[in-house]
Amino acid sequence: MRHVYMDANATTPLLPEVLEAMRPYWIEDFGNASSIHLRGQKARKAVDEARETLAEFFHCRPAEVVFNSGGTEGDNTAVFGLVRPGDHFITTSIEHSAVLQAAQRAAAHGATVAYVAPQPNGLIDPEDIRRALQPNTRLISVMLANNETGVIQPVEEIGKIAAAAGVFFHIDAVQGAGKIPIDVQRIGCHLLSISAHKMHGPKGTGALFVRRGTPLDSLMVGGSHERRRRAGTENVPGIVGLAKAAEIAMHTLEDGTLQRAAALRNRLEASILELPGTGVNGGAAHDGSVPRVFNTTNIWFDQVEGEALVIALDLKGVALSGGSACHSGSTEPSHVLMAMGLDKTRARASLRFSLLKTATEADVDYALQVVPEAVAHLRALSPVAAGTAG
Amino acid sequence: MTVQNETIAVAMSGGVDSSTVAAMLAHAGESVVGLTLQLWDQTRLAGRHGIPDAPKAGRCCSLDDVYDARHVAEHLGIPYYVVNQEDRFERDVVRPFVAEYIAGRTPIPCSLCNNHIKFDQLLQTARSIGASRIATGHYAVNEYDPARKRWILKRPVDSAKDQTYFLFGLTQEQLAHTLFPLGRLTKPEVREMARRHGLRLAEKPDSQEICFIPGGDYKQFLAAYLEEQGEQMPETAGEMVASTGEVLGRHDGIVNFTVGQRKGLGVASSSPLYVLQIDPASHRVTVGADAELATRRLRAHRLNWIAIPELTGPMRVRAKIRHRHQPALATLEPSGADEVIATFDEPQRAITPGQSAVFYDGDEVVGGGWIV
Repeated sequence: MRHVYMDANATTPLLPEVLEAMRPYWIEDFGNASSIHLRGQKARKAVDEARETLAEFFHCRPAEVVFNSGGTEGDNTAVFGLVRPGDHFITTSIEHSAVLQAAQRAAAHGATVAYVAPQPNGLIDPEDIRRALQPNTRLISVMLANNETGVIQPVEEIGKIAAAAGVFFHIDAVQGAGKIPIDVQRIGCHLLSISAHKMHGPKGTGALFVRRGTPLDSLMVGGSHERRRRAGTENVPGIVGLAKAAEIAMHTLEDGTLQRAAALRNRLEASILELPGTGVNGGAAHDGSVPRVFNTTNIWFDQVEGEALVIALDLKGVALSGGSACHSGSTEPSHVLMAMGLDKTRARASLRFSLLKTATEADVDYALQVVPEAVAHLRALSPVAAGTAG
Repeated sequence: MTVQNETIAVAMSGGVDSSTVAAMLAHAGESVVGLTLQLWDQTRLAGRHGIPDAPKAGRCCSLDDVYDARHVAEHLGIPYYVVNQEDRFERDVVRPFVAEYIAGRTPIPCSLCNNHIKFDQLLQTARSIGASRIATGHYAVNEYDPARKRWILKRPVDSAKDQTYFLFGLTQEQLAHTLFPLGRLTKPEVREMARRHGLRLAEKPDSQEICFIPGGDYKQFLAAYLEEQGEQMPETAGEMVASTGEVLGRHDGIVNFTVGQRKGLGVASSSPLYVLQIDPASHRVTVGADAELATRRLRAHRLNWIAIPELTGPMRVRAKIRHRHQPALATLEPSGADEVIATFDEPQRAITPGQSAVFYDGDEVVGGGWIV
């Protein structure tokens, strides 16, 4: 059986070059980057070089890069590091739970939180952010690209609003990193989190851009690592892997790889949309009004239970998901799709296809063979199918 | 799609029985997919009305059970998925369970779950993922009788584990697409088989309680669930009366009583008193002596027939009125649309509305219904 992986927004495979770059730092060059001796210095050099690469990736100074354990830590650090009891915090209702749950905890500790809803097309209207501002607003947190729909949010405009209001601005760029160029100077954000494993790096590693002068409390305390912004012995192999992944990502952002993969996504999407009773959540490729990352399409299928479709496709070798992997097993339909105004049934009947940048024509051909069959099979069994086709 | 007609979906609860079923089928070379139905979030009502924050393991849908089921699937090398059916379970099992108590009856959620979730929904899920049959760890036997052209449900070899009482609602369609591989085995044999297949949960104790009620305190559950739903426990306080009609006192609410209950009646008497009857309309609870509990007649509705297409005239059966009841000889007669009357040869103790009545002919399940 053919195996096609279309769940890149959940995680991506390590690229062989990344593994090779990491390899020396477990056994030979195992030093602690904080040690004085030469072994330690070798590790320090690797971390410093990685920091330079990430600075290039973010368009910031190396000293503004903080290595951490990934997107959740970055998001948590932004919220807990800035928002105090009595502060006002603006975020959106389509954020990842790493932001939403942090917001809930901040609220439990005496902050107030405004959740800005998206428009039906999945875009946040910057004016809604502006309208949510309060005199005591401390932080705005908006994602760069949504993990479920791939919709790219207007962060530059939101950055201007934040700057004008003198409010700190955090971007959860976990799903945008490696898919679209990131320039923290243009965006004007103070904080930006990324995760290595979403861009062919290792799991358990990430980075947080912290603009110089941002009064951010560290989430973890202990040693003086990362200029006291993140205690804990540096994960040297992970940091090296993240840097290698970032370096490769910067290259593929420019060499046509993503355009080629986008064409595959567009073909997949257009062909699936030929099935009756389907539609895209978050604007389709042919409708340029809603910008999306190259690899994602979120499609609803009438009269189909999304969970059953995911299993049926998996048994046919096509791996994808109904939404965020962080919510699998949950009974609640996607909070993102619900916030966009879908009803529960349609939200549950939605599937996220997220292609690897290494996807092939054959992958798409296979998916286009298997998906329509599975959908037709499910619809034939559906108790509501009779007389409502289309 | 190349439909794999041979694929069997095994309902895996993480217990010994269903794990052994998966092992038996996988080792027999069948194409097997393991499914666990996620039915109830055990932490959902935690902290309300004294429900513990950390639920004990060994109940359906606890993370430990999913872990165990997943481990077995990995051990056997079969695909495995957790399918969330919490919404349906709440709608078809939990809400009716709550409503039954409020209406003064004593429900059995396991039969509701079997009817609506375990077989109906599971078979549908199995089909949608390309399997044509399901297998479960129930102790029961099903076989096709060409003479009657019907699927027959029979008692298992291990009578101590007999689960046919909870399976009376199975339709012909469901029976035709279900395997009960344990029906001809005893529990000790199943445990031995689990050991032989290298299942490390071979010694895991059987679960006994209602899966969604941690601790088994149904009153606590009712209070916590209604509170969570933002609903008030309906006022069902009323009179406590003797069978003579004499008012003995008042009670706090009919949800606190079950026919045959002796403890917690709150009235003093020289001889032991038992709940004889609960009237949901007047909220009156009638109590009396043990001997008064015994009656000869029951009415049952919402019927399902298995061994026969329909009851058209009187039929001699053995009727079972609760899980631990020894089936007793009775004559069954139709008494209207979707209703029967069973008249026992000997009076039976505590015939309880809300429980099911299941009718047997020898080892066969003739059918059953819900006691009115």
